Amino acid sequence: MDILTTSAGGYSSFTPPEERVLDIRGLTKVFGGLRAVSSFTMDVPYHGLYGLIGPNGAGKTTVFNMITGIYALTEGAILFEGQELGDLPPHRITRRGIARTFQNIRLFQNLTVLDNVRIAYHAHAGYNLLEAITRLGRYGRQERELTERAQDFLAVFGLQDRQTELARNLPYGEQRRLEIARALAAHPKLLLLDEPAAGMNPNEVETLMELIRFIHDEFDLTILLIEHQMRVVMGICEWITVMDFGQVIARGTSEQIRNNEDVIVAYLGRAHGREL
Amino acid sequence: MKRLSLPSWIPTLAVGLVLFLGVFFARSTGSISAYRYQVFQIALITAISALGLNLIYGFNGQFSLGHIGFYAIGAYGSALITKDYVSGWSGSKAGALSWMMAAQIGVVLALVCIRLLRLDRLQKRITLHTSAYLKPHEARVVSTLPLLAIIAAVLALAVAVTLGLHQVLNQTLSAAMTSLPKEIGKNLVFVLAILNGGTMAALVAYLVGLPLLRLGSDYFGIATLGFAIMIYTALQNSDLVIETMKGARGMVAIPIWTNWSWVMGVFVLLVILLRNLLRSSHGRAIISVREDEIAAQTMGVDVNQLKTLAFAVGGLFAGIGGALYAHLYGFLHPSTFNIIKGFDPLIIIVLGGLGSMTGTVLASVGVVVLIEELRVILPQGFEDWRFVIYPIILLMVMLLRSQGIMGTNEWGWFRAPLPPERDIPIPNRTPRASAATQSEDA
Repeated sequence: MDILTTSAGGYSSFTPPEERVLDIRGLTKVFGGLRAVSSFTMDVPYHGLYGLIGPNGAGKTTVFNMITGIYALTEGAILFEGQELGDLPPHRITRRGIARTFQNIRLFQNLTVLDNVRIAYHAHAGYNLLEAITRLGRYGRQERELTERAQDFLAVFGLQDRQTELARNLPYGEQRRLEIARALAAHPKLLLLDEPAAGMNPNEVETLMELIRFIHDEFDLTILLIEHQMRVVMGICEWITVMDFGQVIARGTSEQIRNNEDVIVAYLGRAHGREL
Repeated sequence: MKRLSLPSWIPTLAVGLVLFLGVFFARSTGSISAYRYQVFQIALITAISALGLNLIYGFNGQFSLGHIGFYAIGAYGSALITKDYVSGWSGSKAGALSWMMAAQIGVVLALVCIRLLRLDRLQKRITLHTSAYLKPHEARVVSTLPLLAIIAAVLALAVAVTLGLHQVLNQTLSAAMTSLPKEIGKNLVFVLAILNGGTMAALVAYLVGLPLLRLGSDYFGIATLGFAIMIYTALQNSDLVIETMKGARGMVAIPIWTNWSWVMGVFVLLVILLRNLLRSSHGRAIISVREDEIAAQTMGVDVNQLKTLAFAVGGLFAGIGGALYAHLYGFLHPSTFNIIKGFDPLIIIVLGGLGSMTGTVLASVGVVVLIEELRVILPQGFEDWRFVIYPIILLMVMLLRSQGIMGTNEWGWFRAPLPPERDIPIPNRTPRASAATQSEDA
C-alpha cells in the first residue's frame, strides 16, 4: 500500500479497473492558450467518499464540467462504469447516473421547492406529450406517483413544509440542501458536489458534513466532492486527490495528504510550509 | 384567508361562458356593431398568437422576434386552401389542400428517416475506419460525402412520396367534398385549412428552430428577426411562384368564414392544450430551461429538444391565429406581416406578464380593444392620437409595474394545482437523526 501517495507523473492506482465507478485518464482542457487541466488522471472506487481539493484556479470545477459534459474534452477519456462518456450531451450523462450540484447554487429560482425536485424526475415521468396535453392514459397515475415520490424525498431532507414555496425565498442553507436533494432525485450512482460548504459559517458547515455523511450511508452511491476548506475534506473524505495548475500533485488518505510536502507548498507557499 | 372550496375551473368556465354568450347575443340582437364584433374576434385571435409567443419567450426563455412570420405562414397557408375551395382554382377542387398535406407529410417523413438512420454515428464510424489512412481534414470530407448522398436520397424519396400522396389525397378529398352536404364540406375544409395553417407554421418553426435555437438568447432574437424579414419579402414576391397569392397587391377573395363561435372554440381548445402542457412534466422542463439551462441539462432535461418543442408549439399557435385572421377580413396583404407589426405580440406578453397565460389573454383583449375603441372615441381628425395615448399607457404600466399586469401569476384554472394534501410520512432516519445517533455512538 505504499503506492497510495504518488506524485504527478508516474500514475498507479490502488483500485482494480472493475471496481472503479469513475476512471479519468489523461484529461486535458485547453481554453485558447490556457491549459486549465493538463493530463489529469484519477479514479474513484464504488461507494467511495472521495475528495478533490486544490487552491483557487487549480482546475477542479473544469474537471467537473468535463465529467458532466458541459465542457468538451480537449484530450483524454472519462469512463463511467467502464464505459466512455465521450461527447455525450449533459442530459444523457445525467441519465447514465451522474448528478451534480454547483459552486454558486443553481436552483430553478422562480419555481417551487416541489417543482425543483419534480424536474429531476422528468426523464422518468412515464407519460408522453400526447398524454400530458389530453390528460388521458398514464398521466394521472404517473403524475401523482411522481409528486408523492418528490414529497417523500423532501421529507428526508426536512423540506416537506416548504414544498409550495419558491426556491429563491429559502434561506441559504436550505437552498444548498434543496440543491443536493434535487441532484439525488435524479437517482445518480455518482454524486458530484462542487464546494458545498462555500459561503457557510462553521455551524452550517458542521450540519453539512453530517448531511453528506448521511447521504453516503443511506443512498447507494459514490460521492466525489470538491472543497476549498481543508477542514471539510479532511473531516469526511476517505480518499483525496490534490490538484494544482491543472495537474495532480498528490493523492492518498487525509492523513497522508496532511503531511505531503507538495500539498503544503501548493496551499501555503514554500516559506510558510512547515506551519500547517 | 379561507380558500374557496370551489374547484378552480368553475369560475374560469363561468367567465368564458359569460364572455362567449354575451358577445354572441349582443351581436345576434344587433346591440353591438359589426365593427365591434370584429374587434372582439381580433382580440382573441391576437391572444392565441401571443400565447404562442409567451410559451417561447415567457415560459421557455427564448427571445423570438420572428413570431409574425409564423402568423403569416398560417394566414397565407390556410387562405390558399379555402380560396381554392370556393373558386375551384386548379381545376380539381382539393388541389391546394392535398398539395399542402402531402408536402407536410413528405417533410415529416424525411425528418423521421434522417433521424432513424443515425447519420452522426455513421459519420463517426467512417471517420474511425478512414482516419488511419487520411489526414483529419481529408477524413472529414470523405466521411461527409456519403452522408450528403444519403440525405439527397431521402429527400428524393420524400418528393416521390409527396407526389404520390398528392394524387391519392386529391382523389379522396375531392370525392369526399362532392359526396358531403355543402355546409359540412365547407366546415370540414375550414377545419383542415386552420389545422394546415397551424401545422405548417409549426413545421417551419421546427426546421428554423433546429439550427437557430443553439444560439444564445439575444442572438436568437436577431436570427428570428431575419426569418421574419425573409417571410415578409417572400410574401411580397409570392405571385411569382403562386399566382393566387398576388404578392404585394394583396390576396383577395378569401372566404369570410371566421366568426365569434369559431374564434372562441379554437381559443378554448388551444388554451386547454397549453395549460395542460405547462402543468405537466414537459411543461416544468420547459420552464426549467428558462430558469437555468445548465442546471436543467444536469437534471437530465434534453434542453435542445424542449426548446424546439416550445418553439414549434408556439409556431402552431401563431399559425392557427393567422388562419383565423385570414378568414376574418377576407383580404391579406404582406404589410400586415411586416416586422413592426411583429412587435405587437411581444408588447402584449411583456405587458401581460412573461410566463402568465392569464396576463397574456388580459393584455391582448385590453390592447386591441383600447386601440380600436380610441378610434371611435377620439373626435374626427384626432384618430392618430391613439398612437400617442397607447404608448403613454404602455410607459406608465412598465414604470409602475415592470413585471407586467400579472407577473408570473395565474388566475383560476390556469393556476398550478397545489400538491395534494396528504400526510407525508416522516422518515425514521433524516440527516439530523443520523447525526444524533452518531454522536451517541461516539
